[in-house]
Amino acid sequence: MPKFKKNSNTSEDIPTAALPDIIFMLLFFFMVTTVMRETDIMVKQKIPRATQLTKIERKSLVSYIYVGEPKNVSIYGSEPKIQINDVFITAEDIIGFVNTEKDKLDEVERDQITMSMKVDVDVKMGIISDVQQELRKANALKILYSTIKRAAEK
Amino acid sequence: MPRGKKKLPEVSSGSMADIAFLLLIFFLVTTTIANDKGILLRLPPPPDPLQEQLDIKIPDRNIFTILANSKDQLLVEGEPFEGSMDDLKNDVKKFILNFGKPTPDGIKIYNSLPAEMKAFVNANGRNPESSDDPTSLKSIVSFKSARGTSYDLYVGILDAMNAAYNEVYASRVGITTEEWLSLDRSNSIQKEMYSRGRSGIPRAISIAEPD
Repeated sequence: MPKFKKNSNTSEDIPTAALPDIIFMLLFFFMVTTVMRETDIMVKQKIPRATQLTKIERKSLVSYIYVGEPKNVSIYGSEPKIQINDVFITAEDIIGFVNTEKDKLDEVERDQITMSMKVDVDVKMGIISDVQQELRKANALKILYSTIKRAAEK
Repeated sequence: MPRGKKKLPEVSSGSMADIAFLLLIFFLVTTTIANDKGILLRLPPPPDPLQEQLDIKIPDRNIFTILANSKDQLLVEGEPFEGSMDDLKNDVKKFILNFGKPTPDGIKIYNSLPAEMKAFVNANGRNPESSDDPTSLKSIVSFKSARGTSYDLYVGILDAMNAAYNEVYASRVGITTEEWLSLDRSNSIQKEMYSRGRSGIPRAISIAEPD
């Protein structure tokens, strides 16, 4: 005679009453972490990968420069372009842009301004070098090449 | 029938999960996790026309030259380079930790190194044709690209050069490179570790203008 009798009276349903709560929790997580994009990026952005990344400590000191091939090739052509805020500019306009960005900061922090370069992998160094020459003239010497973390192969 | 006993009409909450799901999917789609990481680089200040150009003579052995052309081919120390970025990083590291002809400051740094790094120096370094010691102006890693070099390669080489320095700094204080990169400089203990790792060995990376 078997010692244990199978009790088949228990219901096998998983209680789903807590499901909305779980979903709400996920929802709140994504609502909190979401950053709405303020600029509409008009250039291709396939960010290169690297291993030695530094994190920006003060986000308020960062301004972004986007470089890449325009997404809309039929209007803007396929040569890489520099985008700032919502417009395409040429390298010569960078000094003006840096100065307006510096004006937004406190006087003591103006030398600390960091230019984050978001550059597509297919861009050649020529345009990057032009941008850097202008940044030197504008005295914005800290630059950050935006990259994504690549797992180091062992 | 008493008035207060009237049954309240119930709002059905069965579709609550569906509504939440809809919102969830909306946020899932619109979310871009902000990426504010990258390779930091300090540009040299603009050339001052009033100031005379200082011409410091640095012997060739103290400069590790990396050249990239517009076909993304590399020339490292005068030789065509075919290896991976990892090999390049190791070459740079050997160059920094060469101690070919150390100055008194260099000897002091050598003596402060942990045992396994001394072993590394004695196994790979001590080459009189390579850098004197890691102090300032005695070992410089120089990189020059062409206007046609791809940005991908540029970032890769910048990454390899930084990786070599970070490895040296990290092993000086006895932590891994990953731990070194995540040191929090607002914490006084970790900041002390950071400055101990870097003291005496400046990150001498020179990026030349492409032509």
